[in-house]
Amino acid sequence: MPLLQVDSDGLWCEAGGFHIDPWNPVPKALLTHGHSDHARPGSHAYLAGDPSRGVLRLRLGPEAHIETLPYGAPLTLGATRVSFHPAGHVLGSAQIRVECRGEVWVVSGDYKLSPDPTCQPFEPVRCHTFITESTFGLPIYRWDPAPQVFDSINAWWRSNREQGLCSVLFAYPLGKSQRLLAGLDPAIGPLFCHGAMEKMNAVYREAGVPLPETAFTGEPVRGKSWSGAMVIAPPSAQGSSWMRRFGPVSTAMASGWMRIRGRRRHRPMDRGFVLSDHADWPELQQAIHETGAETILVTHGYREPMVRWLTGLGKQARSLETRFDAEDAE
Amino acid sequence: MKAFAALYTALDETTKTSVKVEALAGYFRAVPPEDAVWALHFLIGRRIKRLIETRKLSDWAMAQAGVPEWIFAECYAAVGDLAETIALLLPPPVTCSARPLREWVEERLLPLRQWPDDKQRESLLAAWNEMDERQRFVWNKLITGAFRVGVSQSLVARALAQVSGLSAEVIAHRLMGDWRPEASFYAQLIAQDTGDAAVSQPYPFFLAHPMEGEPEGLGDPTQWVAEWKWDGIRCQVIRRQWQTFVWSRGEELVTDRFPELASLGAFLPEGTAIDGEILPWNGNAPLPFALLQRRIGRKLLGPKILAEVPVVLQSYDLLEWGGEDVREWPLEKRRAQLAELVTALAPTGRILLSEPVPFESWESLTELRRQSRARGVEGFMLKRAGSPYRVGRKRGDWWKWKIEPWSVDCVLTYAQPGHGRRAGLMTDYTFGVWSNGELVTFAKAYSGLTNEEIARVDAWIRRNTLEKFGPVRRVKPELVFELAFEGIQLSPRHKSGVAVRFPRIARWREDKPASEADTLDTLRALSSN
Ligand SMILES: [Zn+2]
Ligand SMILES: [Zn+2]
Repeated sequence: MPLLQVDSDGLWCEAGGFHIDPWNPVPKALLTHGHSDHARPGSHAYLAGDPSRGVLRLRLGPEAHIETLPYGAPLTLGATRVSFHPAGHVLGSAQIRVECRGEVWVVSGDYKLSPDPTCQPFEPVRCHTFITESTFGLPIYRWDPAPQVFDSINAWWRSNREQGLCSVLFAYPLGKSQRLLAGLDPAIGPLFCHGAMEKMNAVYREAGVPLPETAFTGEPVRGKSWSGAMVIAPPSAQGSSWMRRFGPVSTAMASGWMRIRGRRRHRPMDRGFVLSDHADWPELQQAIHETGAETILVTHGYREPMVRWLTGLGKQARSLETRFDAEDAE
Repeated sequence: MKAFAALYTALDETTKTSVKVEALAGYFRAVPPEDAVWALHFLIGRRIKRLIETRKLSDWAMAQAGVPEWIFAECYAAVGDLAETIALLLPPPVTCSARPLREWVEERLLPLRQWPDDKQRESLLAAWNEMDERQRFVWNKLITGAFRVGVSQSLVARALAQVSGLSAEVIAHRLMGDWRPEASFYAQLIAQDTGDAAVSQPYPFFLAHPMEGEPEGLGDPTQWVAEWKWDGIRCQVIRRQWQTFVWSRGEELVTDRFPELASLGAFLPEGTAIDGEILPWNGNAPLPFALLQRRIGRKLLGPKILAEVPVVLQSYDLLEWGGEDVREWPLEKRRAQLAELVTALAPTGRILLSEPVPFESWESLTELRRQSRARGVEGFMLKRAGSPYRVGRKRGDWWKWKIEPWSVDCVLTYAQPGHGRRAGLMTDYTFGVWSNGELVTFAKAYSGLTNEEIARVDAWIRRNTLEKFGPVRRVKPELVFELAFEGIQLSPRHKSGVAVRFPRIARWREDKPASEADTLDTLRALSSN
């Protein structure tokens, strides 16, 4: 029997008696990170990497039983030894290493290799079997260096300010928003966040991640001018009545999907910036190579092309059917 | 090329017309006339025929990117556009070129066709190597003759008006007809006014409001004139100073899109303006509007499409007569003059009169309205007797009384990804209705949902796929949609035995379980009335 396999509730480890990122409530859940397709409420007990404590508390509620381990610290569970290693995806995101009788598996969760000041960088972990995500598993997905992307976001903000417009940037509340805040130039104008972000910002600040000063958008105030301000909001706010208070706006979305013109034009927005918290194609190749694994199991996104590509490179590769839905999480 | 690619990106990124006009004007101010005129050529949709087979283009791109064909195909499926797939797959550029657009077009693009393969390849690889992804995309589009950008001719005219200080009508007029993409033409285009301004000027269209409630609310039926509501393109045909101008309701000059009407113009007396509807016409009845749409979609009007979808002017009002503005004349007087004119022009076969439909009472008119579908019209227009031709959306004198389209509730059974703008998203749907406890496929439809709905349906499809056949997915029979269509026929060729024409999604019935969708019998019953 393989060390890890998919059962009806998630990724199950028989030897250790636990699930990883289960989609149904289970007795023992090990979590890679706080995105809603990986951390779902209702399980009896959770174990995760130390820096994700605040994020998971916010996501899973005050009642959830959550324990954490420092990155790298081993813990014995049943016949296995498990440890958490930074995945570079969002604050507290981890790859989970599972060892049993000399055989090592690593579950990547979601990850990226490009530098991000809001979380610890990805650490390659040697293993026999690597379960990798493949959200952007096609060679058309190649990211520009983050500083270049932030230059163009800041330039867009500055030009909006000059035209008296309020800039509204749509991004997912956990991870992407904080990475944006850390890269925006607060000298351009005031920064505001939707309520969903402000709560998460507080968690990041408490964990010691330096973020520029932000204010909650709050209730609509008659006569308040938003001209020149930057507002970060979840994609669901787009087109809602909540947007009306800002007056004339220029809107944009930051996501890896923005690399594709059809996806950019699919949303009625002024700009699309290519910024992802997932690995691009070259990063996926590099990460997989550095594990030294002979067997690669592929989840999320473009699974079949990645499996075929890796098979062509002489590796054992298989697609793993999970319910991690990257399109919602990105 | 850099400036032109930046302009393309700016136009592509925004949906706001004011921003587009600003970007266009900024571009035209910044570049020399020899670049501006080529940009203009491409922006208003004039094309260069494909210069290179797409097969060669893909082969060279694959070799350069170092990827096998199957992964190229996967990428193409995700992007939905060949020019873009190539732009994204190629390795990052080595340098960034500052060559002007004219040089790229005249020295690198146009000669491509005569060059042998290896020279074509060498030139293309060199070009790709000095362009960033955006420039490459535009370049690939130009090479394949598929360059298209979301601006209308009237938007371009507005921007040039801003640059030149002329009116947009004058620019639109000067842009008509044949011209060569040369600097001298651009100079003439923005040269100061030479008195051609007022000649083409249309009148503002008077627009009807949808009727609320029953026609009884309009009072005495003898005070109203009823006409069938034609499903075409509203237009004005103007003849002044031996020239003909056809304006669409979007105030776009479309004379060269409708050669039938351009030649009708030659028969009109000097100083005439007619308001009417451009109708696809088979000789004695209107053809479906969708056919006209197909014709409009063509950049080049070949003899085949002109023969398949001929148009006539279904005229209903006269705005100018003998060079005089007659909009204040009462409706009856304008119509009488128009009727006389149409009778005289009948032999051209290009113009018809939208005749008033006589009726005694509102009940009898309601009864007549049931014939709408059989006649291929959308219902009635009601116009107040004695009224002048007003401006814009003023309420009270013109009402449109439309019939509801046909529709059924059906179940989503198969889905596959769309192309272009909807690339990578599941947007092509197949639908079934119930028959003896089974779902029978009866229609496919692509459009009608909002972007937000498409995203949700897409996510649902990915989670509820039962089987895959290539790109096609069979999904759990769970989602119900209301499908509207134009016509229905019994058809032995279809499994369901019926075929609907021009189906489109009217709305997503999230309130209905699949078990409550319509049956094949409901559809068959519709076809018999
Ligand atoms: Zn994630
Ligand atoms: Zn994920």
